[in-house]
Amino acid sequence: MIQTSPQAVIKMPEIIELVSSYTVPSEIGNDAEFAIETRELRVYYDDFLAVKDINLMIKPQKITAIIGSSGCGKSTVLRAFNRMNELVRTAKTSGEVIFNGVNIYEDSIDPVEVRRRIGMVFQKPNPFPKSIYENVAWGAKINGYQGRMDVLVEDSLKRAALWDEVKDKLEQSGLSLSGGQQQRLCIARTIAVEPEIILMDEPASALDPIATLRIEELMRDLAKEYTIIIVTHNMQQAARVSDYTAFFSLEEESRSGVLVEYGETQKIFTNPDNRVTEDYITGRFG
Amino acid sequence: MPGRHRRGKVWVNIFRGSTVAGIIALLILLVNITNGAFGYAVIQNETNPEELAVDGIEIKYLDKEKLTQVLRENVSNGLFRRLENDLPISERTRENVYGLIIEWVVQPQVAHQWTLAESIFQRSDIQRTAQDEYSGLELRFESWLDAQFITNPQSGDPVKAGVRTAILGSLWTILIAFLFSFPIGVGAAIYLEEYARQDRSINRVIQTNINNLAGVPSIIYGILGLAIFVRALEGFTSGMLFGIAEPTENGRTILSAGLTLGLLILPLIIINSQQAIKAVPDSLRQASFGLGATRWQTIRSHVLPSALPGILTGTILAISRAIGETAPLVVVGASTFIAVDPDGPFSKFTTLPIQIYQWTSRPQDVFRNIAAAAIIVLLILLLSMNAFAVILRNRYSKRI
Repeated sequence: MIQTSPQAVIKMPEIIELVSSYTVPSEIGNDAEFAIETRELRVYYDDFLAVKDINLMIKPQKITAIIGSSGCGKSTVLRAFNRMNELVRTAKTSGEVIFNGVNIYEDSIDPVEVRRRIGMVFQKPNPFPKSIYENVAWGAKINGYQGRMDVLVEDSLKRAALWDEVKDKLEQSGLSLSGGQQQRLCIARTIAVEPEIILMDEPASALDPIATLRIEELMRDLAKEYTIIIVTHNMQQAARVSDYTAFFSLEEESRSGVLVEYGETQKIFTNPDNRVTEDYITGRFG
Repeated sequence: MPGRHRRGKVWVNIFRGSTVAGIIALLILLVNITNGAFGYAVIQNETNPEELAVDGIEIKYLDKEKLTQVLRENVSNGLFRRLENDLPISERTRENVYGLIIEWVVQPQVAHQWTLAESIFQRSDIQRTAQDEYSGLELRFESWLDAQFITNPQSGDPVKAGVRTAILGSLWTILIAFLFSFPIGVGAAIYLEEYARQDRSINRVIQTNINNLAGVPSIIYGILGLAIFVRALEGFTSGMLFGIAEPTENGRTILSAGLTLGLLILPLIIINSQQAIKAVPDSLRQASFGLGATRWQTIRSHVLPSALPGILTGTILAISRAIGETAPLVVVGASTFIAVDPDGPFSKFTTLPIQIYQWTSRPQDVFRNIAAAAIIVLLILLLSMNAFAVILRNRYSKRI
């Protein structure tokens, strides 16, 4: 069944003239419950339109991968989900991002609250220059966590599959850990504030293959409770870890990023509707 | 290929030469100062201390009563009354009375002095000269920089003159300068780096002007301080508003000097703090915002702790500059001769550089020696502050 609501229809990017029309795959459209969705999302840096008219609906408790060549606005879209783009002074956003039925870009919405509920893990592990314990506890503390902090720290570290490695050295600096451990610490820190969605911006690109694998396993575990959106350059990673995949590309004339194709990962990687997607995935492009 | 390497070597040598030139200049400075601060001197006493001995006991070993007697016998009645007026003998300590005897009775004078280099390399010449020309006088190796020099107040007599008043004056002024400019400077730096929008032209104008202010000659700050703190805010800086000073007092106080120096180092502190804040990696801010922290929480918990070593180092370096400033204080009205210790922000004051400047302009040679000694004190003060900055920085960096 194809959903007919106008928001659910992904606008056909101009670049693709090969396919006559493109609609959202039915299995996404069917479920009215989305964790978060964007409507006609545009992000400008000064006058430059970085991403154009993005309509993307993210399924809850699934992993959605955003792939595409460099500079096509993947990270920009990801950061639009929790208003992190606003920290770049020149960035301007238009369109809507609907989260729990409200547009988070509404004037009445506090970006601080948005970022608490939509957490983020960054490309380079960036633990605070504090102890491991403090790293996890800080976010909860500033957000007014009332429960027992020790329990929360232990629980978060366990869920981030880091507890066994650090339980004896919680007061050591977070920076003393290896890169992979640091990234899992960052994930633990994010979980500790109990977000609903976790955004991951190439979380494994600075890590070695083994550490990468551990992060991916962790993501699969976390997806049981959280909605995860991940930006990745690594096609295998997207194929291995994600349930849904959104492929972004650059529109040739304007150099703006557009959403080309979005659907189940299985389908995108085996039988994409769009030739640009196919070229990219098979490595003929980008 | 060989040509390229040759050119590279030429540059290496030029760079090395610059470094060596700098070090040589520094060494010459140090040698020059040390040369003046130590050396042989011939001391001429008005009265030989041995003649003052009572019952064969040298005055050094006499008790207070005997010393008082010696003093009374050897000075005029008028002078004794004046001394009694300044502070009754009964309230003076034994050391104080002994000091009075040295000052008013023995009255040691430096008849001639030699530099350290002369003292080391022409020792026999000096001894011969001392015997020939200053026979009967005491020739001794004088360290112009000694404990007494640090603890004595300023005096017109170079043998007794010390730098205590000046050190206290310097410490008081920089304390006030620090208290005034540190909070304002760091606050301005935080605002400019973390809150102000760089794309607004007004903020760019402010930034440019702060950079320019850091380069304004210090005498201009002196004139500013004179106009604002000494004159316009006289009631405040003289302490009249607080009922501390007499209505006749003027605003030429430690407070005015401290505030003037504070203005002088304010742009430096702002710029240094901005650099320190700028050096905090953006990933740290993003991590904090990503957890739902407000901007202030981010600044308070992550930006400031990470920037603190840099801010402190920059501030201490700025204060080091303030310690050495002379020109603005001359304008603001540092006293060139003051023998009373400053006891608060509303005291008259002098500072080390002012003292040095004043001594070097005296006609007697021996003032040059104590100026050299005062320069060493100033340098030690500066170096220990810089060392403190390094320790502070290392300590805070380690904690992170």
